[in-house]
Amino acid sequence: MRLTYLAAVILGWATALSAFEIEAHRVYPAEDERAVLRVISTADLDVFDPVIRAFLTDQPGLTVDYTVTSTTELMTAIYDDGASFDLAISSAMDLQTKLANDGFAQTYVSAAATELPDWATWRNQLYAFTQEPAVIVVSESFFTPETAPRTRDELVTALRAEPVRFMGRIGTYDVRSSGFGYLMATQDSRNSEAFWRLMEVMGRLEAKLYCCSSDMIRDVASGKLAVAYNVLGSYAAAHLKDGGFHIIPLNDYVNVMSRTALVPHNAKNTAAAQDMIDFLITLRNRPDLVKASGLPAIDPAELQANSALRPIRFGPGLLVFLDQLKRESFLKNWENSLFQALP
Amino acid sequence: MTPRPSIRRRLFVQLGCVAALLSLAFILVVREVAERAAVGTQDGILGASAIAIADSLRSVNGEVTLDLPYSALSMLGSTNQDRVFYRIATAQGTLTGYDDLPLPAAPPHLDQPAFTTLVYRGEEVRAVSVVRPIGPASNTTNVIVTVAQTRHGLAKISRQITATATGVGIGFFLLATALSLLAARAALDPITRLTDTITRRGPNDLRPVTAETPDELAPLVLALNSFMARLRSSLSRTEDFIAEAAHRVRTPLATVRVQAEVTHRKLNKPHHRQAIREMISAIDESSRSAEQMLDHAMVTFRADSLARDELDLRALMLDTCARLSPTAALKEIALQRDLPEHPVPFRGDGILIQAALQNILDNAIKYSPEDSDITASLTVDEDIHMTILDEGPGFGNMDLRRLTRRFSRGENTSGVVGSGLGLTIADEVVRAHGGRLALSPNPNGAGACVSLILPL
Repeated sequence: MRLTYLAAVILGWATALSAFEIEAHRVYPAEDERAVLRVISTADLDVFDPVIRAFLTDQPGLTVDYTVTSTTELMTAIYDDGASFDLAISSAMDLQTKLANDGFAQTYVSAAATELPDWATWRNQLYAFTQEPAVIVVSESFFTPETAPRTRDELVTALRAEPVRFMGRIGTYDVRSSGFGYLMATQDSRNSEAFWRLMEVMGRLEAKLYCCSSDMIRDVASGKLAVAYNVLGSYAAAHLKDGGFHIIPLNDYVNVMSRTALVPHNAKNTAAAQDMIDFLITLRNRPDLVKASGLPAIDPAELQANSALRPIRFGPGLLVFLDQLKRESFLKNWENSLFQALP
Repeated sequence: MTPRPSIRRRLFVQLGCVAALLSLAFILVVREVAERAAVGTQDGILGASAIAIADSLRSVNGEVTLDLPYSALSMLGSTNQDRVFYRIATAQGTLTGYDDLPLPAAPPHLDQPAFTTLVYRGEEVRAVSVVRPIGPASNTTNVIVTVAQTRHGLAKISRQITATATGVGIGFFLLATALSLLAARAALDPITRLTDTITRRGPNDLRPVTAETPDELAPLVLALNSFMARLRSSLSRTEDFIAEAAHRVRTPLATVRVQAEVTHRKLNKPHHRQAIREMISAIDESSRSAEQMLDHAMVTFRADSLARDELDLRALMLDTCARLSPTAALKEIALQRDLPEHPVPFRGDGILIQAALQNILDNAIKYSPEDSDITASLTVDEDIHMTILDEGPGFGNMDLRRLTRRFSRGENTSGVVGSGLGLTIADEVVRAHGGRLALSPNPNGAGACVSLILPL
């Protein structure tokens, strides 16, 4: 590739400079560089690569410096370290809300945002550009699409029925380390009492805890896991062609998460960042990119068609589970449920 | 008289000022009320949020702990997208939340939310604090719950209401201004009507004003009427005096003229006879003037209450010509009559019309050279025209309108006896009958053409 090269992953160098942990880093240099757009993102390189390339076709002279990190590390970088980036893209809506609420985001009134539904923007600072349901993924060797559970209650019943078969074969996020897992779990706890029952059952079956959706999908596909709970639907769909598992959207409710972009308060190249926001929120008009990246664009019609889909709404409510005491007590409950079998 | 600012303008300006004041008051009041309502709404939600948080405080093993309710913060996002901050603090320090959020200066009373407005993180926020004692009765800890929210939503609502109120206020002002213009006009209508009534009157119409007027104008009308009554009586006294004087002068003048003629015949020396002739001429002039003054007084008197008798203008004209033909004959003047064969009926005052005709004919004879023609014609088309044509010097370049004024005479009349009242009398007579006097040069050559035009 002439335009891009994988920068020698300068992890050692980068971590030496900053307190937050970088997972990957790539620079898309312009031939005739006039400006640089520094993006910090939680989206994997292979997911976002087509989007950046498409964005750069209309931005001559712009170099994109793309840093991948986890949701909590992104929060640390901007909130605590004061790291300077031009655009922050994260799948943790609560953390992004906290950044905007606490004054770490710039206001940008985007003309393109008029196409977005109300829930997809907040304070003209947060812009959602994907809608990604959290699904369960079941292994082909344990379930067929017909026998797979369709609600959380059915899942609980199925797990309880055959504890020996499922022992150690359930996977879910470790909400202590994954911001996305924490957001999904806290939203679950608000939506349904079945959640805590499910956690109890998972704890009894010695569920395995994961950092990332892709690991869970890999283990389900290989048959190591029978069920993975709260997997990012877009990642699962991207790996579906490899076979070995089914994606089961639950019928009782499905949390729909959005990736959100914001311009940090200390951004240097705000113009390019705003162009990128406009590009992202009009992703729906580029079906080729949606297909290439596997990032489902915001589509209000799909939400209307399926009443089980519940988009997570921006607002101060998302700050509640970030409260220190609330988080402590939630994690305590969660650990009590999941680690009961431990001596 | 310098015109003072018009009443209408003053009325309009004053009503406009009142409307502007009311509109301004309306805008300010609505804005104030709306802002209070908006502040009240935000305070209500903030208070509910703080109390919900306070209600979920509890004591576990002597330590205060909190299970922050989801609704406590999510309710703050229900009506706007403002930033939200909170702090739960005890005397020992901050339990959770934003530990740099200022605590209320004075500790709030129990269950009595204290509201303040302050600047936090560079923005104006509205903050509420409640205090709640937590723990067993022997060892309670006072926990202060503070919830704050920025005020962008409030400012937006306030801006919208202000814009609406301003729009309505301006609309009200414009409507009130337009209405006050109409009101000012309507209020002054009676004055305009009264002015019209008085303006439309003829020059001699001094009757009291009887038009219906509003109470406020009654004193003015009363004063006007009383003034006109005094003026009329003063005028009539003057006219009476002139008539009396003329009458008194005329009789002795006749005696003097007879004596002068007798003396003239007795004198032999030419320059003595010349002196007497000049004296007689002067006496004639005085006597003619006295007669015309009497005529004029009579016209003024009779025109006030005009008689409407059935007249035949043809007969009247014939009669007048007959009366003056001896005078004309003295100057060898042929008095031509160009009259229709049928009678010309007209309703009016015969004596006045005859006086008018007689004065005009008399003028014509006086100014005509010897051995010339005077034509008296009567034609009827849209109006009745009684015309006297002579072959005298005419009016020259005189302003014809001036000639009908009292005691005004033409420029080329030297050597002819006259008072200047003849045309005035004729003019007043035709005006009293609703007609007019037309003066023009004789269309057939030199001379004057005088027409009495009366409506049919």
